[in-house]
Amino acid sequence: MTAQALLAVAVLPFLTMLAMVLHRRENTPSLVHAACFAVSCILGVIGAMAVLKGGADHVQLPVGLPWLKAHFRIDGFSGFFLVIINLGAAAASLFGITYVRHLKHPARVAVAYPMFLAGMNMALMSDDAFSFLVSWEFMSASSWLMVLADHEEEENRKAAFTYLIMALFGTFCLLGAFGILAQAGGGYDFTSMRAAKLDGLQSSLVVLLGLLGAGSKAGLVPLHAWLPLAHPAAPSHVSALMSGVMTKVALYALARLLFDFGPTPAWWWGAIIMVLGGVTAVVGILYALMQTDLKRLLAYSTVENVGVVLIGLGVALAFKGEGKTSYAALALAASLYHMLNHSVMKSLLFLGAGAVLASTGERNIEKLGGLIHRMPVTAAAFLVGAAAISALPPLNGFVSEWLILQSLFLGPKIPNWAMKFGSPVVAALLALSAALAAATFVRAFGMVFLGRARSVAAETAHEVSLSMRAVLVFLAGLCALLGIVPVTVTSQLSEVAQNLIKAQLSETIVQGWPWLAPISETRGSYSGTVLVASVVILILGTVAVIKGFGTRNIRRGPAWDCGHKEASPSFQYSASSFAQPLRRVYGATLFSAKEEVDMPMPNETRPALLTLRLIDPVWQGIYQPLANGVVNLANRLNRLQTMTVRRHLLMMFLTLLLMLIVAALRRVVP
Amino acid sequence: MNIALQYDTAHLIGAMVLLFGFQLLYQRRIKAVLSTFALQAGALSMAAAWQAYIQNAPHLYVTAAIALVFKAFFVPFALNWLVKRLGIHRSVETALGVGPTMLIGVVLVALSIMLVLPVTQGASALTRENLALAMSVVLLGLLMMITRHNAVTQVVGFMALENGLILAAVGVKGMPLVVEMSVAFSVLVAMILFGIFFFRIRERFDSLELHYLETVRGDRL
Repeated sequence: MTAQALLAVAVLPFLTMLAMVLHRRENTPSLVHAACFAVSCILGVIGAMAVLKGGADHVQLPVGLPWLKAHFRIDGFSGFFLVIINLGAAAASLFGITYVRHLKHPARVAVAYPMFLAGMNMALMSDDAFSFLVSWEFMSASSWLMVLADHEEEENRKAAFTYLIMALFGTFCLLGAFGILAQAGGGYDFTSMRAAKLDGLQSSLVVLLGLLGAGSKAGLVPLHAWLPLAHPAAPSHVSALMSGVMTKVALYALARLLFDFGPTPAWWWGAIIMVLGGVTAVVGILYALMQTDLKRLLAYSTVENVGVVLIGLGVALAFKGEGKTSYAALALAASLYHMLNHSVMKSLLFLGAGAVLASTGERNIEKLGGLIHRMPVTAAAFLVGAAAISALPPLNGFVSEWLILQSLFLGPKIPNWAMKFGSPVVAALLALSAALAAATFVRAFGMVFLGRARSVAAETAHEVSLSMRAVLVFLAGLCALLGIVPVTVTSQLSEVAQNLIKAQLSETIVQGWPWLAPISETRGSYSGTVLVASVVILILGTVAVIKGFGTRNIRRGPAWDCGHKEASPSFQYSASSFAQPLRRVYGATLFSAKEEVDMPMPNETRPALLTLRLIDPVWQGIYQPLANGVVNLANRLNRLQTMTVRRHLLMMFLTLLLMLIVAALRRVVP
Repeated sequence: MNIALQYDTAHLIGAMVLLFGFQLLYQRRIKAVLSTFALQAGALSMAAAWQAYIQNAPHLYVTAAIALVFKAFFVPFALNWLVKRLGIHRSVETALGVGPTMLIGVVLVALSIMLVLPVTQGASALTRENLALAMSVVLLGLLMMITRHNAVTQVVGFMALENGLILAAVGVKGMPLVVEMSVAFSVLVAMILFGIFFFRIRERFDSLELHYLETVRGDRL
């Protein structure tokens, strides 16, 4: 099975070559995307088979480092991620077939796109650190190329540069984590790393480096700063992949490090990750709420969802560290479910944003509006995605966030006070972030699709091509399906989670279809199926009653104009005004938001001005000082280069002396 | 001949090389520096000859001869001629006073003994002492290079450092001649190069003070 998957991946580099050779032909990019669609479908099916079959399939290729070779392996866990990745990849590729025609430089994207897919798939299949890191770098480098696809824009170049630095930093950290594991396990293949015996310090270092390495890729606060710059800069279908899918590869790496390799880290690492996840979720969605760029808003929402997943992983780790493995399996299954859901809905939303961008050329939500009349299908699909990501039942986002919340409520079962008190706090953060997400997406949907057009581009928009619409409708349907029949999905997921944690879920968790009762039926149970059925019956009943007793006359009249004559579209509620109450509540402290009103005096003819200043605490507090520090250090070290001959000799002499002294001391003090 | 005599003599000659190394640091006139260097090279040649005798290694006589001819006579004469020819200022310009330099030298010798004696446990006592002395000479040569301003003293420091290397080499059994030859010739080549450079530097700056070189690089702010 692994061999077939590798064969399918091997097609992708050829597509890159094809795109390079035929870069002048106009329809090459579409062709490449169509081929990528086919490959993703095959890989997705292989992944699904691996999940259903369980067990692991190992393949060793005689390439790579001579003493290591290249190891590849698909087990249930990586199979599940293959499904996530290739579901998103298939949707994005299908969308891309016609979407690339709207791009300025489709050929550049077509070259890097297959390599990006190959990198992600190979990273999931790798079974040794070397292949993993090479694939990981392929993934980073090719996505970096696509961020740079439109490099005429200053902003994109800056985003790409930040991304490159953070990607290097992340890989460096992962390299360190693998190095420690390999030293303890005796080899760079994952089989030896699984058996590695680490002491407390080594294990902590592995978790820390893994958290920094994978976390910087996934968008963990405060390492997230590159993400909202880089993700929106790429073409929309690539943004969908980066946001919906690439972050999952990072989370996959983190989950492997936490649960699969070596002994279980101490419980307090779980607590730390859980709290970090809670902070990430709330901070991410607060940022999202302030954005006026639709794609950047979605990217910040990715930060939030990565936080939600991290909460689940942290809880699972804490449970596992305390020996409550069945609860750990529940929390892990919940976060896996959320990863699947997030990849579907974030792909849907980014592709929806892509459709809007393709038809209006506009990303600023202050300049959109009223698109529901001109793009009804896109609007409906986007609405489903927005509802799902705001965790509204009966859609998929609700189920997984609810499961994570349920596992957080089990936190007090851990016999230490930090978790007893900490988990309800994190549960509160999770609930807060879900509420803020709802506000964010009400704002996003309302500004883009409702009201009146705020610009000519929005007024003259038209619906996108059939294949693009089909993808949106398919993903929206998937959002609904994953929410309505959650039990079918969770039973598979709990198998995957159980295999990874090596534990059985307790009896009460597995309850009859269609009821999802993770702890016990009296503590909390949910059935999307029953909910939908009852809602549908209620709606039909209400409609029947209204039809039966109400009047059938429909009258269309002009909207009330609040007493203004010839109201201009700029009189409408704007995105900034919608966010104002929440900005005043949270932004004043977090972003040190300052509003200044500049009122003209009587007789003055200039307009009044309201200026709003937000300070990003992460950029100002962490990145800027760090960058300044590096520049300072470089300036200081630069003096070494212009030293006198005698000073150079002195440096060599002192180095020699130092080494001699160290050598002498090592003899004296063994 | 008994072992004790062999050892004592080798030790004595090695110590002479080291002592001349200290003397190099002590001199205040260029001419005296060159003479001391010639004496050090002579002592080195003696050391090589003695090792050739007790090790029954005839090729070490060649080493001794090279040291005597090139280092004890040719190089000091050539440098002397250069100094006279160029009319170089005859006193040694120190970056660090003579007293402190000597003190540092003593510390360096202590360090090399501390390092070499434990590291070479198992080797014969002769080799060990010899290595410790040789290493001290190398470090003193380096010290001379960094505490003296003038280009001529720098060259002498470099040659003294090389003397230390030869001293280490002759003490070890089975050192191939070709290595020594190549080292000796590279030193000679270096000497010629330095000579040419002296002329060029002198021509341009009317001095062999190194700080003129620093300003001309243009990167000193």
